[in-house]
Amino acid sequence: MPRVEMTQHLYRFFPQLKNRIITVPASSVAEALLTINNIAPGFTDYVLDEHGALRKHVNISINNSIVVDKIHLSDRIPNDGTVYIFQSLSGG
Amino acid sequence: MSDTILLGTRKGTIIFDRINSKWCPRPIAHAGIPVCYAARDPRDGTLWASLDHGHWGPKLSRSRDGGASWVDITSLKYPKGARYIVKYLPTPDFNPESPSALPEYADATVLKIWNITFGNATQPNRLYAGTIPGGVFVSDDGGDSWELNRPLWNHDSRGGDLFAGDATTENRWFGTPASIDYGVFEPGIHSIIVDPRDSEHIYVAVSAAGVIETTNGGQSWHSSSKGMLNDYLPNPESEWGHDPHFVTSCSSQPKHLWQQNHCGVFYSDNGAQNWKKVSIPDIGVNFGFPIAADANDGRTAWVVPARADSERMAIDGSLLVARTTDGGQSWQTFRKGLPQDNAYDIVLRHGLDVSGDCLCFGSTSGNLYLSEDRGETWQCLGNNFPPIYSVRFG
Repeated sequence: MPRVEMTQHLYRFFPQLKNRIITVPASSVAEALLTINNIAPGFTDYVLDEHGALRKHVNISINNSIVVDKIHLSDRIPNDGTVYIFQSLSGG
Repeated sequence: MSDTILLGTRKGTIIFDRINSKWCPRPIAHAGIPVCYAARDPRDGTLWASLDHGHWGPKLSRSRDGGASWVDITSLKYPKGARYIVKYLPTPDFNPESPSALPEYADATVLKIWNITFGNATQPNRLYAGTIPGGVFVSDDGGDSWELNRPLWNHDSRGGDLFAGDATTENRWFGTPASIDYGVFEPGIHSIIVDPRDSEHIYVAVSAAGVIETTNGGQSWHSSSKGMLNDYLPNPESEWGHDPHFVTSCSSQPKHLWQQNHCGVFYSDNGAQNWKKVSIPDIGVNFGFPIAADANDGRTAWVVPARADSERMAIDGSLLVARTTDGGQSWQTFRKGLPQDNAYDIVLRHGLDVSGDCLCFGSTSGNLYLSEDRGETWQCLGNNFPPIYSVRFG
């Protein structure tokens, strides 16, 4: 089952996600985020905008590859894959 | 006179309490998160802060225990289908002699919640929020849920009802660089005034469109910018395109309205039927962002002038506050207690407030000043705060 790891900044708003291994029965990024939202209601409001698209300054990768579909989050996750959620890096 | 001051800063919310005549700051709340506006609802004491999360999207935060704990409110969102015109593109058969253009649209997402305004006592659960890009949101359940005011969003001055289809009129609203991201340049609503005598009567101010008024609770809106002058447009008396930096009113004489405009200080004593420019540039009263109106005397107001327009900082390195008591016919300037050398402060549009004889303002240089004698003398409450975006007595 895919795993999800995320920036610790999100634990500030969703402490229930801290110190636990998050596995999600999901085959797409959209499904993974909805599963996390069930564990931590409101989670998607932080990483997605009101249209369901990935926020401009948030990045998601599957293993080492940044997802392509940032509108519908349809990228497929292999069963042994890991989804990483992190801030876009802007330097400074 | 209030015993609480709320600061919205680049690094969080700071609350001051007056204890034994001394103003004491509490530990910062929302540490590390930009807070563009913070205020206390005078009806029930609820505290509100508008968070500008850089990565996670703008959020409202609410405290119902006086600031001991805060809860994010995530329900303020544009509805599906909310669009706006971002620019015009030349048509395929574009003719420079008779140019016609195609509007380019964007789906609306909340870029900033710039203002929180509380309804009248007759509507105890009513709140308003002004946003970038250019929306007024209304809540009737104390902020749990929000709804976009569609008549203003669909106004003819913005292209008409873009939920229904393509633009039917020309967009006359400009943007503001306060949209956070460089390169993002959308209109923003920073001032909302509810008539204390009539909750159906509301003014909003838009950078950059002007002052817009409803007399039927937001079912329809009309421009109320007559008399405002816009130095940077081909037609300075244009109905649209004005940049009122902040608009406020006298709470006991609400026909007396004040605005610090990009192009001067303006005053109306007839409910914005007409505005009159009341700047006196020779003494520095012209450009700036904030303005505060006395609660009891509609002819009295204060500004913190700055040097326009390419500098946007204190005039000649010294801070001053100006006060009028005669509807802007004359202004007195006050400097006692304010730095008169090497001051490069700018006070943003929500960075000045008045409560009784007390005034307070904070600058983006992190300096906070307080007067307890109607602006005539000042004391510094600190020099090392984060950049200050808003100052509101609670």
